[in-house]
Amino acid sequence: MITRFITITLIALIISFSAVAVEPNEVLKDKSLENRARNLSKGLRCLVCQNQSIDDSNADLARDLRVILRERLKAGDSDKEVIGFIVARYGEFVLLDPPVNPRTALLWGGPGLIIIISGISLALWFRRRNTTIAEELSKIEKESLVSLLEDTPDRRGPEK
Amino acid sequence: MKGNFRLTYFIPVIIILTILAIFWSYLSKIKDGKSIQDLPSALINKPTPVFKLPGISVGDKGFDSRELTGKVTLVNIWASWCPPCHVEHPRHMQLASEGIPIYGINYKDKPEAAKNFLNNLGNPYRAIGADRTGKVAIDWGVYGYPETFVVDAKGQIRYRHVGPIMEDDLTNKIRPLIKALKTK
Repeated sequence: MITRFITITLIALIISFSAVAVEPNEVLKDKSLENRARNLSKGLRCLVCQNQSIDDSNADLARDLRVILRERLKAGDSDKEVIGFIVARYGEFVLLDPPVNPRTALLWGGPGLIIIISGISLALWFRRRNTTIAEELSKIEKESLVSLLEDTPDRRGPEK
Repeated sequence: MKGNFRLTYFIPVIIILTILAIFWSYLSKIKDGKSIQDLPSALINKPTPVFKLPGISVGDKGFDSRELTGKVTLVNIWASWCPPCHVEHPRHMQLASEGIPIYGINYKDKPEAAKNFLNNLGNPYRAIGADRTGKVAIDWGVYGYPETFVVDAKGQIRYRHVGPIMEDDLTNKIRPLIKALKTK
């Protein structure tokens, strides 16, 4: 009984994860157009539930945007034009894959910048560590080392 | 040499303080009642969408976007089914009584429900367009309800407010902006 319950729950969970929000009546008859619509809507953020794409979201607005997107495709818009249509209204925030431009420079360049900065500081750290070792062995220390190594009661007397 | 070495000890402290400052700024925004999800409108300083919507009931005067030029106006997207729209409604009545022109876009509403809303609470709008499909709202980049736009005399969108307009939104942002736009 319990195992059956668990199986059913698991199956229900798996099904619900793979489910998409696109409703049958939204789907276009033209398969290639529908494919384009699906691809485009996967890259567009639903603004109501901001971490879902409009392809995944059940929100009313996401549905409306999916329908508009398909209408524009049917009217002969290119992918770029469709995306431009949505971006003109909702801003670049709707793009789940942010474009490279001055405003997103830090976003895209950030990781590289961090690698460069940490690389430079690592190099400096190593250099400093090496020079410190060299400095430790300089002049007075060397002399005292030599004198320690050569330190014998016979020699020490007359030299001083 | 030794002084330099000490300075590097403070780098983690500085990083942690920066992160705390970022957390604090977000927390204080929440404390002020602002949602951190509020987005800037893509239409700021751009002309309003062009549309012509019918009225709520047959025979009602609709709302034509051409009415939005020649004066500073507010455009409010609302629905009777939206609780925050009820919350902000007294502020609209107040603004309308002061002579500030407010236009309404009634979003995906049932005509009877919208009529009831206006009959019970009052009608602050100079004109109301019924947006049954929600397409005009999408042209305005609306994603939450209610939303209110401040439009200047040239018909350009200057400000977007997401969520109900409260008294401090009026005093801190909307009234000063209308005043500034009027003197231009």
